[in-house]
Amino acid sequence: MLKEIFNKPTKWSAMKQLILKEVDDLIIGSLGIVSFISFFVGGVVAIQTALNLTNPLIPKFLIGFATRQSVILEFAPTFISIIMAGKMGSFITSSIGTMRVTEQIDALEVMGVNSLNYLVFPKIIALFLYPFVIGLSMFLGVFGGWMAAVYGGFTTSFEFTTGLQAEFIPFHIAYAFIKTFVFAFILATIPSFHGYYMKGGALEVGKASTVSFVWTSVVIILVNFILTQLLLS
Amino acid sequence: MIEVKNIVKKFGEQTVLKGVSTRFEAGMTNLIIGQSGSGKTVFLKSLLGIHTPDSGTISFDGRIYSELSNDERRELRTEIGMVFQGSALFDSMTVEENVGFPLKMFTNKSAKEIKERVDFVIDRVHLVNAHQKRPSEISGGMQKRVAIARAIVNNPKYLFCDEPNSGLDPKTAIVIDNLIQEITQEYNITTVINTHDMNSVMEIGEKIVFLKNGLLEWEGSNKEIFKTDNEAVTDFVYSSELFKRVRKMYLEDDVK
Repeated sequence: MLKEIFNKPTKWSAMKQLILKEVDDLIIGSLGIVSFISFFVGGVVAIQTALNLTNPLIPKFLIGFATRQSVILEFAPTFISIIMAGKMGSFITSSIGTMRVTEQIDALEVMGVNSLNYLVFPKIIALFLYPFVIGLSMFLGVFGGWMAAVYGGFTTSFEFTTGLQAEFIPFHIAYAFIKTFVFAFILATIPSFHGYYMKGGALEVGKASTVSFVWTSVVIILVNFILTQLLLS
Repeated sequence: MIEVKNIVKKFGEQTVLKGVSTRFEAGMTNLIIGQSGSGKTVFLKSLLGIHTPDSGTISFDGRIYSELSNDERRELRTEIGMVFQGSALFDSMTVEENVGFPLKMFTNKSAKEIKERVDFVIDRVHLVNAHQKRPSEISGGMQKRVAIARAIVNNPKYLFCDEPNSGLDPKTAIVIDNLIQEITQEYNITTVINTHDMNSVMEIGEKIVFLKNGLLEWEGSNKEIFKTDNEAVTDFVYSSELFKRVRKMYLEDDVK
């Protein structure tokens, strides 16, 4: 499958248009939901941390510290990717699966178009921009945490930003983006596989989308565990 | 011209095609008929290269498909037009984009040249006011016309149609049949049609191949099919009372 995906495209000019379309569908189309979820989950993380800091000896700047660590290390790269396995993954599986059951993939093949390359390669390339989505999620998560903590009366802006800067390890950002790149590849390929090789009719398209979501999530969780062991321990 | 020699296709233990040999001439509408499960679709998909036969050869004007390199196969496929049973139009594209797709992918024509050719073939299949519509916004008959337009836009040497009349009313079905026959003769295309429609057999069957249980049971023209004594063919083609009477009348007229 991978060899066919990375074969030379039938025509580069057509491929460029496909890549732009996938960027619009997969990346631009995900910004709204990612922003919404990140902002509010960041806020909830800050509030939960604040509510659990009952000991007066524990400094309030820990709210900012905990929000930063939670959002940057796990929430943005991993949990947004699992949410995207539902959104992008289902979209990819159902759109390719529908093309399979309505013989559109056969039509491409009969014309002499490498259908795997035509359908999957632009998605992989478009998802090179996925780290941008995760970067935005990190920013909005932390911003949501700051808003909730400061305007909720849990801490001051100064304390929160002190916490954000405390014991900052730049490699954590690199770790988060390495994970993001790997997850982007998983998000493009596993749902495509389930859509491309599905058999049956409309009902099976729905089933394939569900199975694809489950497998993409499982693989993301397992890869997250392995990468964390490799990069942080 | 397409020549098929002794092709066999198995799926696991089941042998679907058991050694079929025939020849489809250019400029003729060649029909494949047979009961469901007789191997028609597998036969057509083998001709198209979607299924690889376990043995036997298929040659396109002397080019044996199994002996071609991947690049040569891709080249050959650009000479093939296909009309799928469900039309298989690309949902995300307009009618114009669907028809222009093969030109955009396989030629170096400018946008203006593509537009001119697309307008010409859309006009050729008698499609009006549909250029900017998506496949979901047009009727089944119009979708078939778009599929035919897409299949012929790149001047194919070979045209394959899988049940081109399925889901169409009898009048539209005849229009589609006649359109395919006109195009076949006009451009000297080798056309192979997989059909269940007995009207098509009678109207445009210049050569008919009848498959039964994966074997070629009979072949001949729509004139010859009236006179054949082959029981399997007569049972299949004249299964309705109406067709039995038509055949009787035809044979009586022939004797007179």
